[in-house]
Formats: sequence, structure tokens, C-alpha cells
Amino acid sequence: MDYLFTDEQKMIKELAHKIAEEKVRPAAAKYDISEEYPWDVIKVIAESDLFGLFIPEEYGGMGVNITNLCLATEELSRACGGIAVCYAASALGTFPIVLFGNEEQKKKYLPDLASGKKVAAFGITEPEAGSDASAIKTTARKEGDYYILNGLKHFITNGGDAETYTVIAMTNKDKGARGASAFIVEKGTPGFTFGKKEDKFGIRASSTRELIFTDCKIPAKNLLAKEGMGFIVTMRTFDMSRPGVAAQALGIAQGALELAAKYAKQRQQFGKSISSFQGIQWMLADMATEVEAARALVYSCARAIDAGAKDVSKESAMAKMYASDVAMKVTVDALQIFGGYGYMKDYPIEKYVRDAKITQIYEGTNQIQRNIIGLQLVRDAGKV
Amino acid sequence: MNIIVCIKQVPETTEVRINPETNTLIREGVKSIINPFDMYAIEESVRLKERFGGKITIVTMGPPQADAALREAISMGADEGVLVCDRAFAGSDTWATSYTLAGAIKKIGTFDLVICGKQASDGDTAQVGPGIATHLNIPQVTYVKKVEEATDKSMRVERMLEEGFEIIETPLPALLTVVKEINEPRIPSLKGLLRAKSSKITMWGQKELGLDPQKIGLCGSPTQVVKIFTPPQRVGGQILKGEIPEIAAQIVELVRSEVN
Repeated sequence: MDYLFTDEQKMIKELAHKIAEEKVRPAAAKYDISEEYPWDVIKVIAESDLFGLFIPEEYGGMGVNITNLCLATEELSRACGGIAVCYAASALGTFPIVLFGNEEQKKKYLPDLASGKKVAAFGITEPEAGSDASAIKTTARKEGDYYILNGLKHFITNGGDAETYTVIAMTNKDKGARGASAFIVEKGTPGFTFGKKEDKFGIRASSTRELIFTDCKIPAKNLLAKEGMGFIVTMRTFDMSRPGVAAQALGIAQGALELAAKYAKQRQQFGKSISSFQGIQWMLADMATEVEAARALVYSCARAIDAGAKDVSKESAMAKMYASDVAMKVTVDALQIFGGYGYMKDYPIEKYVRDAKITQIYEGTNQIQRNIIGLQLVRDAGKV
Repeated sequence: MNIIVCIKQVPETTEVRINPETNTLIREGVKSIINPFDMYAIEESVRLKERFGGKITIVTMGPPQADAALREAISMGADEGVLVCDRAFAGSDTWATSYTLAGAIKKIGTFDLVICGKQASDGDTAQVGPGIATHLNIPQVTYVKKVEEATDKSMRVERMLEEGFEIIETPLPALLTVVKEINEPRIPSLKGLLRAKSSKITMWGQKELGLDPQKIGLCGSPTQVVKIFTPPQRVGGQILKGEIPEIAAQIVELVRSEVN
């Protein structure tokens, strides 16, 4: 389907496609096994300016444009969901600074993130605070010109490999959700260390670690926005980043669909290509239709954000939820088309199933997305 | 260091089909790309510019659509593109092509280095680079796999030969042809692509270059193509097994039977 992208957007898509085919796909299996951070591929992505797609031009970026970010993320994810999330997670870690940073903070941090010289990470999740983000226990206590951070974040994508972290901590526990604040923390700050690296089911090229804060002293000027704005920062950040997760899911689904169609053409059974069987064709037809529906939702949502739509929580939740559910279904069906071979690690398709699963879980489980959508529907119904 | 890179736009496929009646390549339906060997020439020029500064001008001779090849080179880091394009140049063989490109290079003016790919993937002659050097009357070093040292006056490079390497020092200006071992061409940047899109490509024809009409195009081309064909596929070889003396004996036996 023609989405009437601009010439520049087609250029971004083609560039990301080229990187995906020439650099990401050949490295996908290697990093899936080794679980090393794919620095060599990240360097290519950085040199191609794609890290600039979520950063304003005045800070060395290419201008904040969610559609562009989604185009790049989708193409990279077609080849490897793990490597793509290293890229997309940097956008997640950067958005709080783009959205809420003051001039000094933007000038200090954004140019290196735009050039990809450094990558970013976002830290909110804790062992006891997953979907219930208001349960976070990490604290930030103000002492003169500093904040002292104590606590543990876990499941942090890019954790350990990122240089710049945006972290949510409680500045006033009595105020509940309104007592949380957002901070920029640099790697190497005394008292800021990393815990174990997680051994994951999928997206294994990306690193997932604990962030440990032990009397970690950071300058007070690293506070983003104002004290108590932590959850506003988080919600606005997620509204911007969710289409990116949706695009990641979409890319994984598209990649799996392409592999399945190609395999179906090659695979001979009963003396002919299995693609000549109606059963296989119908499976492919359903998969392709769902992928296209997901794509339409993802880019509609991204364009709405770029056009300045105010309240996008519901739409961005819909895009993330639907695209990731489609990714899960399509990758499982793609594996089915590969039959027994698909179950073996010699073929690339089983990795797509593993990579797809996380997209239903992170940046808000799909159940939480349904809560967001449902809440908005109920609110809207109340207004009539 | 001011560098000129000569490139050629070629059909993407390595399995170029030939029209047996006209002895020409069938280009219809085949995507055009920059000759893969020229990609290494472009990349090396960008690396030299990153080390020494200067300017990179890309030159190509071809139809108007070769504009795309020049823009791709600019997206990788080159500064300007010159398209040598005129019906008068049509039908040029390697001699007329190198004469014409040398004419364009002379018109560009001062330069320190000319870089070409070792050969084009469609014609496979490896003659245009050396031809340009001859027409410009400058030293040439072919099959370069590494630039070891460079100053504004000279350059030391490593050549790749079939049986080893050769290290050569040449005064500048000079012409190099490069092999694929020299580098890994970069993927263009988005900024580069945007710059390439808005770049102005200079177009020069016979009017601008004022070349000797007897030396250009078909009439300036001494090459006569008698026949062009796809060579028959090589049949699989034979692998001999055993200890070396046994294999030696087998080889002698095989040679004998072939001779007889």
C-alpha cells in the first residue's frame, strides 16, 4: 500500500533498509547467540544519522519526527528485533530530555545522542514496580546543590552500555505518584553501578541490566522539569515512544512474513511447492492483511503525533497493542509454514517468534494498553 | 588533497545478457548501479579527504540517468559531480572514453590524485584508468590495495599482484586504480543523501570540452568488436587424493593421457 511518504521519508526508509540488509541481517544470528552489544552495527546506524531522527536540528539532530523514527525502526526490525531495540531504546531514553529538558540540559546531552556517539536508556521499572509504576522505591533526596539517589532499577534496555540515563525516582514518598521526579544520570557517576545482565528469551542482541544507585550524588541541575513531574515525564515519553515499539513489532512481523512467503515458494512437498496449496496461501493472506492493518495504525498514529495532535495516549496504546499482537501471531504462523525446519535454530524464523514476544510486554504490557484505551473510552462516554 | 574519482554506471546484475545480433548489452529492465569497483575508489577518496582535507570531484561519462550515480557518490562524501554527456561521445571504446574523461579532468584543472576502480563489472577491460593516466601524462599505479603514506607531493601504495605485493612510491599528481581489498565502502548518511539530492551536477558535452572530433565517440574508437558471447560454463575439476608422491604420479598420468 502506498502511504504517500515524502521523498525524505522514502530516503530514510531506503537507507534503513540498506543498513538492515547489509549490516543487521548478517549479524543477527551472531548477536542472538553471543548476547554481546552490537556496537559495530550501532556505529553504522550512528554514522548514517539515524540517531538524529528523534532529536531537534538545533542540537545536531534531523528534527523530531515520529514517522521517520518508525520508518527506521520498522526496517531495522525486519532484519533483527534485538539490534533494532538498541536503537529504539536510545530514543526512549532521549525523549525525556527532548520533551522536558531545559536549554542547558539539551545542549549538554543531545548532540552526542544525535550523532550516536552515546546511546541513552530510560529507567523506571523496578522489581516491585512493573505495570504499577507508582510503586517505585528508588529515592532522590535533595542535599544542597545535589540529589542523592538510592535504589534499584531492573530490566533496563541498553543498561550498562548507554552513557546517558533518564531515571525516575521518588522525591516525596508521601505524595505517591505526584512525588516522583525525573533525572539525568551519567554513566560513571560515583554510586551508580550495574547489576546482572539478563539472559533473555529474545531480543538477545540488546542488553538488559539492573541499575544500582547507592548514595549516588548527582547535580541538582540534572532534574528534568520540576520535582513531582516524574510521572508526567514518563507518560508523555511513552506516548511518543509507543509508536516506535509498535514499529518494531511491525518490522518483526513483516520480516517473518517475507521469510515465510519465500520459504513456502522454495519448499517442495507432494511434488510441488507448498505455496501452491490453498491452505498455505490463506495463511499468508491473513498474515499479510494483519501486517498491513498494523502498519496503517502505526503510521496514522505517528503522523497524528507529528501533526501536533494533543491527546494521543489512546491511539498510541492501540498501535502498540495491535502491532505487537499481530507480530506474535504472524511470527508463530510463519514458523508453522517453515514446519519442522522452522523449529530448528538453523533457520532464522524461530528468532522472530522470540523477538516478537517482548513487544507485547514492554513499554506497558498489552493489558495496560487496553486499560489506557478503555479508560479513555469510558471518559469520552462520560462527556456526552 | 584534491581528488578526482572516475566512475561508471553499470547494470546491477553480474549475469549481463547479450543481444547476439547487435553484440551489445541488454540493459532493459536491469537496475543501474555504480560499478562495484568504483565504490572502493569513492570510499578511498573520502578516507583521504578525511585525513588530508581537500575536495573530491566525481566524473562519469554516460547518459543523463548517470546523474544518479554521481549523486550516490556525493551522498558518500564527495563534493561535486561532473556528468560528461553528449551524443557525440556515444559508441566510445576504452581508448576514446579515456581520452574524453582526460579532457574533462583537464577542464576541472588542478588535482593531486585521480582514482578509478580497477575495472568495470560490465566490460571487464581494466583499460580506462590506465588510458586516462596516459592521456594526462601522469604516473599510474594499478591494483592498489592500500595507501600506506601520502604527502602533498608523493604517495606510497601497496599493489596487489597475482603472486604477491609490490610497494610503489609515486610523485603526485598520479592515477590509482583500486581493488576491493582496499576498504569497505560506507553506507551513506542521511545528511549526505539530502545534500546529494540538492547538489547541482555539472554537465559537459563536446561543446564545453572542445575535444578533437576524430578522437571521440565511435569514430575515435579503434576497437572492433568481432564477436561477443557468454563463455561456456567451466566443467567441474577433478580432485586428486592421496600422498603427494601418489598425486604427482597421477598428474603425470593424466597429462600423458591428455597429450596422447
